[in-house]
Amino acid sequence: MGAIFKREFKSYFTSPLGYVVLTVFALFEGFFFYYLFSNSSGDITVLFSFMMNIVMFLCPILTMRLMSEDKRLKVDQALLTAPVSLWGIVMGKFFAALAMFSLCFLLTLVNQLIFAIFVTPDWMVYIGNLLGMLLLGSSLIAIGIFISALTESQLVSAVVSFGVVLFIMLMDTIASAIKVEAISNVITTLSFNTRYESFSNGVLDFSNLFYFVSITAVFLFLTVRMLQKKRWA
Amino acid sequence: MIKVTNLSKKYGNHVAVRNVSFTVNDGEVLGFLGLNGAGKSTIMNIMTGYISMTTGSVEIDGCDILENPAEAKRHIGYLPELPPLYPDMTVKEYLYFMYDLKKARLPKAPHIEEICDLVKLQNVYGRLIKNLSKGYRQRVGIAQALIGNPDVIILDEPTVGLDPKQIIEIRNLIHHLGKNHTVIVSSHILSEIQSVCDRILVINNGTLIADGAPEELSRKISGSGALTLRIREGSSGTKVAAQKLLANINGVSDVTFVGSEEPETLDYAISVNEGADVRAVVISRLLEQGFTVLSLSAAELNLEQLFLKITTEKSTFEKGENE
Repeated sequence: MGAIFKREFKSYFTSPLGYVVLTVFALFEGFFFYYLFSNSSGDITVLFSFMMNIVMFLCPILTMRLMSEDKRLKVDQALLTAPVSLWGIVMGKFFAALAMFSLCFLLTLVNQLIFAIFVTPDWMVYIGNLLGMLLLGSSLIAIGIFISALTESQLVSAVVSFGVVLFIMLMDTIASAIKVEAISNVITTLSFNTRYESFSNGVLDFSNLFYFVSITAVFLFLTVRMLQKKRWA
Repeated sequence: MIKVTNLSKKYGNHVAVRNVSFTVNDGEVLGFLGLNGAGKSTIMNIMTGYISMTTGSVEIDGCDILENPAEAKRHIGYLPELPPLYPDMTVKEYLYFMYDLKKARLPKAPHIEEICDLVKLQNVYGRLIKNLSKGYRQRVGIAQALIGNPDVIILDEPTVGLDPKQIIEIRNLIHHLGKNHTVIVSSHILSEIQSVCDRILVINNGTLIADGAPEELSRKISGSGALTLRIREGSSGTKVAAQKLLANINGVSDVTFVGSEEPETLDYAISVNEGADVRAVVISRLLEQGFTVLSLSAAELNLEQLFLKITTEKSTFEKGENE
C-alpha cells in the first residue's frame, strides 16, 4: 500500500494537475476569504460552506485517473501480479487522493490564523469544519475511485463523478421539492450537507462520523469487488 | 517447480483454455508456441494471478496461486504482452516503485543497478518512460520482472515489435536468465522459441496439442523414415530415371521431386514405410546406376512446418471426431 500511495501522491506533482488544483483552490479560497474579510466577518464556517462548491469539482478531478488510467495503460497487470492485496492497491490510491484533498484544506489554516489576529477564533468550530470536510471528502473520493474503476476513460470517470457529486450536494434541494414526506425524509437523512452541518457547529456527532466512514468503506469495498470481478470474469 | 493441473478458462460461452496440464522443472526454459489468440497469454495471466481460472489449479514452488497468492507471486516476475509502465515516471523512479511494490528484500540500489546493467538500461536510467523507444520500454518491462530475483520469470511475447538487433539481445538475455531461473516465454514466432527454449508446449484453440523438446517434436511428426536426397544432375533423363529407380526400392512408399536448390542438382523427398531403413539400399542402387549422390539425410521438419502439421492434423482429427 505504501508504494502505491507514494507513487500516486507524487504523480499529482509530476504532472501539472497537482499544481493547478492547489493554485485554483488557493485562488478561490483567497477570494472567499477576502470577501468575508472585507465584510468584517470572521466566521470560518462561511468560508467552508463556500468551499463546498469547489469540492464538487475537486473530488472528481483528484479521482478521475486513479483506476481508469491503470486499466488503459495495462499497469493493472503489474499491480495485480505483485504480492500486494487488492485492498492494499485501493487503499493506497484512496489515501493519496485524500492526502491531496487534505493538503488543499490545510490552506484554510492560514485563513484561520489571520482571523485570529483580529478576533478570538473558535478553534473547535474550525476543527469541526475541517474534520467534517475531510470526512465528506473521503466519502466523495471513495465514490470517485469506484466510478474510476468502472471505466478506462478519465473523461468519462470525471463527468460521471461530477454528476454523482452534484446529485449528492443537491440532495437537500431535491428533498424539499418532493411532496411525499416519507421519501423527502429519507433523502434528507442521507444528505451529506445535513450530516456535515453538525461538524460545522463544532459538534462531534458520532452518528454522522459513522455515516461518512460507512459510505467511504462501502465504496472502497465495491472498488475492491470491481477488481475481483475483472479477475473472475 | 510449476505445476499446472487441468486448467480451463471460459469467457461466457467461449472456452479460451481447455483442460491444460503441464509441469515446468526448475531451471527449465519453456516456450509457449501458438497462433495469435491460441490462449498463451490467458494461461500466463492465470499462472501469474492476474485472472482466475474457471477450473484447475496452478502451483508455483508449492504455493497455490489462489490459496496463497501473495507467496506464490513472490516467486514470479512477469512481463505481460504490453509492458506495464507509467509513462510519467523515469526509469529509476519506476524500478524503485516496482521494488517497493514487490517488497523485495535485496539491497535496493545495488540490486536495481545490477538489473539495469543486465538489460542495458544505464543510458536511459534518468529518462522519462514516455520518451523511450519501444525497445527500451520492453527492456524496462523485463527489468521490472527481474526485480526481487524471482525463481520464475514469465515473458509474454518479449520480442514483439523489436528490431533484429534488439531481438538478438533479448534472446541472449533469455539464455542468460535460463542459467539461474525457470523461464517461460511465449511467442507465435517459431524460430524465436526454437532458439531459446529447452522445451516447447504447442497451444492451439486453448488446447495443449504437443509437448517436448524442439528436436523431439520434429522427430515425432516427421517420422523416422522420411529422407531428403540430393544427386548431381547428369543428362536430361536423370530426373525421371532416378525417381523411377527410387520408387522401385522395397520400403519406399513415395518419391517426390522437390526442386533444385543448388545449380545442376536434383532434390527428392522420399517417404518410407514405417520401420523400414532404406538408406543403404538407396545409396548402393544409385551408385550402381552411375548417379552421383551429394547428400542423403533424414528429413527433419523445421518448426514452421512442424507447427502447421500439428495444428492441421489436430484440426482434421477433431473434425473427424465431431462427424
